[in-house]
Amino acid sequence: MTSTQRTDLRQQVLVLYLSSSALDSAVVGWSVYDGTGRTNPTTGDSDTPPYETGLDALRDGWRLIQAAQLLPPQPGHEYDVSFLKHEFFFEKLA
Amino acid sequence: MSRPHRKHLLTSVQMARFVAHGSLRIDAVVPAEMNALAVDVLRKGIPAAPYGAPVNEAFEEGSFARQLLGLPEIAGAVYSLVGPEPAVDHHAVHIRRAREGTAQNLHGDAIIDVRPDAFDVQLMYYPQEVTLDMGGTLSVPGSHLRRTNETDTGRYQNLRGQSRLTCPAGTVVFLHHGIWHGGRRNDSVIDRYMFKIRLNPTVRQLRLWNTDDLYDPAVAAELGRQFPWYEHATGRLEVYNRVRLWQALVGDDSYDPDYWVTRVTNRPTRVVAQRSLNPHARRPTAMGEPA
Repeated sequence: MTSTQRTDLRQQVLVLYLSSSALDSAVVGWSVYDGTGRTNPTTGDSDTPPYETGLDALRDGWRLIQAAQLLPPQPGHEYDVSFLKHEFFFEKLA
Repeated sequence: MSRPHRKHLLTSVQMARFVAHGSLRIDAVVPAEMNALAVDVLRKGIPAAPYGAPVNEAFEEGSFARQLLGLPEIAGAVYSLVGPEPAVDHHAVHIRRAREGTAQNLHGDAIIDVRPDAFDVQLMYYPQEVTLDMGGTLSVPGSHLRRTNETDTGRYQNLRGQSRLTCPAGTVVFLHHGIWHGGRRNDSVIDRYMFKIRLNPTVRQLRLWNTDDLYDPAVAAELGRQFPWYEHATGRLEVYNRVRLWQALVGDDSYDPDYWVTRVTNRPTRVVAQRSLNPHARRPTAMGEPA
């Protein structure tokens, strides 16, 4: 592959929210950002997740680039609920 | 606004469902003749009112908004949720234009609001039939107790079990102030209208509904409900927080059908260890005096 060909590649980003910190647990939420411009995913555009688990995304060629850290709750806020905890970022180059 | 007849108040099961879901939907509650007028009324705009104005000051007698709030089922739901004489926080006409090309990010209105024993409601009135491609409001059941600020949730595009509103004309949805929601992209050729009124309680929200069924097992079933987007562990914390809210609404700190709150707040203070077992006590001598 030449360097010229490499610059034609664009990043596609898949964000999966899983039911636990295990990568093979069920997908409970998802977002897609498409750097190729071929699709325009947006808020509330689908009720069906692209994969059943995070592992399924790996098997389909997505590369894991970031996983949420496991952080203990702030003292005094152990029962608070807030953002989804188990966030995994994947990429493909297309 | 006068007190509604008890037959129009919400039941305990409906209230528990609101506490669990963060929303209450009443389909086609507004009569067709009002719906037929509504889009023109909303296009012209509803006169603004100062933040926190009483309903009767915010909306003129005979106005469309007063007629809407005066419908018995709506008045009963408002009374059950926020009580008599609520204040109008603000109101707005929301229009998702035909083929406008964008959706709102998922958000909670106003700013982060963590009141544990009070809530506002947002009445959302849809005068038209809303089909899936008209950009009906996206909302996330059971998200209202999450402590997040406004559009900080914008990264979340889709969550399992989300609600993409489709409804018949004349539907009203009441939302807890904290619920994650957003106007979806309108891919149709019809402008989609919605009229929103945010109401603040002016009384303590304590047993304002019809409590005849307060101890119906269906109440506990509603409060224990899980949603498909919850992480397994956090889903248990959701129930804990809901039970806390329900305890405030019924004025009973002992209500805890699944024991989530009781278990982690159980810190007995009664001491039963014998004084003779005190390991720090001086040991008696042969003479019977402490050494």
